[in-house]
Amino acid sequence: MAEATARPQLKSVWTAAEPLLDVRDLKVWFPIRAGLAQRTVAHVRAVDGVSLQVGQGETVGLVGESGCGKSTLGRAVLKLVEPTAGEVLYKGTSLHSRGGGAMRGLRREIAMIFQDPYASLDPRQTVGEIISEPLDIHHLYEGRTARRDRLAELLDLVGLNPRMAQRYPHEFSGGQRQRVGIARALAGEPSFIVCDEPVSALDVSIQAQIINLLEKLQQRLNLTYLFIAHDLSVVKHISNRIAVMYLGRIVEIAGSNELHRRPKHPYTASLLSAIPIPDPKIERHRQRIILTGDVPSPVNPPSGCRFRTRCFNAQDKCAQEDPPLDTVQLGDHQAACFFPVE
Amino acid sequence: MSEHLLQVENLRTEFPTRDGVVGAVDGVSFYLDPGETLGIVGESGSGKSITVLSIMGLVQRPGRIAGGRVLYKGNDLVQFSQEQLQEVRGKDLAMIFQDPMTSLNPVYRSGWQVGEPLRLHRGLDRPRSLREAVSMFRKVGMPEPEQRVQSYPHELSGGMRQRAMIAMGLTTGPSVLIADEPTTALDVTIQAQILELLKKVNAEYNTATILITHNLGVVAGMCERVMVMYAGRVVEEGPTEDVFANPSHPYTWSLLRSLPRLDRDAKEPLRALPGLPPDLTDLPSGCHFHPRCPFRIDRCVDEYPPLAAVLPAQRAACWVTQAGVDLNRAGAIVG
Repeated sequence: MAEATARPQLKSVWTAAEPLLDVRDLKVWFPIRAGLAQRTVAHVRAVDGVSLQVGQGETVGLVGESGCGKSTLGRAVLKLVEPTAGEVLYKGTSLHSRGGGAMRGLRREIAMIFQDPYASLDPRQTVGEIISEPLDIHHLYEGRTARRDRLAELLDLVGLNPRMAQRYPHEFSGGQRQRVGIARALAGEPSFIVCDEPVSALDVSIQAQIINLLEKLQQRLNLTYLFIAHDLSVVKHISNRIAVMYLGRIVEIAGSNELHRRPKHPYTASLLSAIPIPDPKIERHRQRIILTGDVPSPVNPPSGCRFRTRCFNAQDKCAQEDPPLDTVQLGDHQAACFFPVE
Repeated sequence: MSEHLLQVENLRTEFPTRDGVVGAVDGVSFYLDPGETLGIVGESGSGKSITVLSIMGLVQRPGRIAGGRVLYKGNDLVQFSQEQLQEVRGKDLAMIFQDPMTSLNPVYRSGWQVGEPLRLHRGLDRPRSLREAVSMFRKVGMPEPEQRVQSYPHELSGGMRQRAMIAMGLTTGPSVLIADEPTTALDVTIQAQILELLKKVNAEYNTATILITHNLGVVAGMCERVMVMYAGRVVEEGPTEDVFANPSHPYTWSLLRSLPRLDRDAKEPLRALPGLPPDLTDLPSGCHFHPRCPFRIDRCVDEYPPLAAVLPAQRAACWVTQAGVDLNRAGAIVG
């Protein structure tokens, strides 16, 4: 156990057969304050009762539209926001019961890749400094030669020339900056990476390069991904399983191909049908389910099923009762719907 | 050949920069017929937005149109004064933008703004322009149109703002509607609503539409013809179905192959296009795409190919396909 001081103290009984990440009935509410006394008048229920397991080596995709809570969920996994209720277990240990020191150890295990490679890199630091920062924090590869070699290794891993370490972010293109962001995430040798819209700010011809890089790294380094994105085509390509979120809840979860072939939740079905397929022959014959209206406010979600106000299958029961995720259960395919799509 | 509604000939738009003059639009020619939908596809820096801003006379200084003609019903808009352009812009050519929040005025109620073209170009008074705005809001599917005309832009959702923009563009019954990435900032279910609306507008008013997008799926569903731009030039143009089935420029071919597709289960890596889009201040010699092109021949490095017929309805700027090479077949060898 020579590593025990650097590595986080994890519950010894955890085995790879158990979920690496276990989110249990997580709620993240943000208070809305008003008036002179800044009293809390209401809450934005960004994440409102989410349970999700991610196995080691797996990629779970998290899709949904803006405001559905997918990014907040990702941030809760990194402990960047505190949960209002529920907990997140990593290797069987709660992230929220840990003190600062132990959390730093865990931070090495869990990393994040951000959407905007322009905003997430400090423009005054060289790329080498940006990537080395996690090494400083975790006291890894100390000493000049060790540090230089590790930096070169990381840059090479993400397909950048090690000589680029002396340059500044503005000298890089969007795709190259995202590679820098990935190298920084990998610096602390994490095993779990939250990817929050990692390709949506990139040009179409660059997206495929970054997706391929993420897949290659996953194989080489045995990484586990929580892949958050709004583009279902990208998510379906990279994920083993996909969870669909709507107004703070997971409404459906299934294997990627299964979800695409047999969506059960009306929201998933309309989301899938809304995605344009780059083939005019297919597009000509496609039947779209066009949803009416906008997503309701997460401050005051509809009673019962949250999707019922836009749902084409909604009935009286949907306004009265809140369907749990296992209302539809077909193997590991689950959907929170009383009147699922056939 | 009969006259087109809009005909752009050898348009060149330049921007002076520290590193020299950049040809953001570098000899672009195309036409638009009444009622049709033309897609312009390209990545950032391809010149697709500058092309339409040039048509509208909206290129900001120090950018300038350095050459070419923009013929609208036979009149060259490049030669028009700002006053004449303003007249055309309100009445005949309308444009909607990616982000309606930055193109709607935050201090005016939405109904006031939607009615503005009618007050300016048709001399309607305030109450009548407001009534028209309500009726336009109803036509574009705005919920509660009577209330929404009283709303300020920040009180509307993203989808409602885009509907307001479209309503504003349509009030004077333009013959050309230019939509620059109209759904890029929107969620997919709202994107589907807006695209459906644009289709309806196109069918009901017979408005010719230029749809600028980076999303090839949107083009596939919306456009009869498509034009692909790369580094300021048109590299391929033709009927959407033909271009997608038989891409005749290696850039189009590579882009289409690189996309992850919802309707495919394949788990192999994506066939990514190598390299980066070129720097406009330091363009590669010959064909600007040659450093990224798997089909490159010696000639591509030395000479820029003209846009010429490759298939009966399709034109491409590529020496290889102009010599008769079928990219789909040759692609099997290139890998």
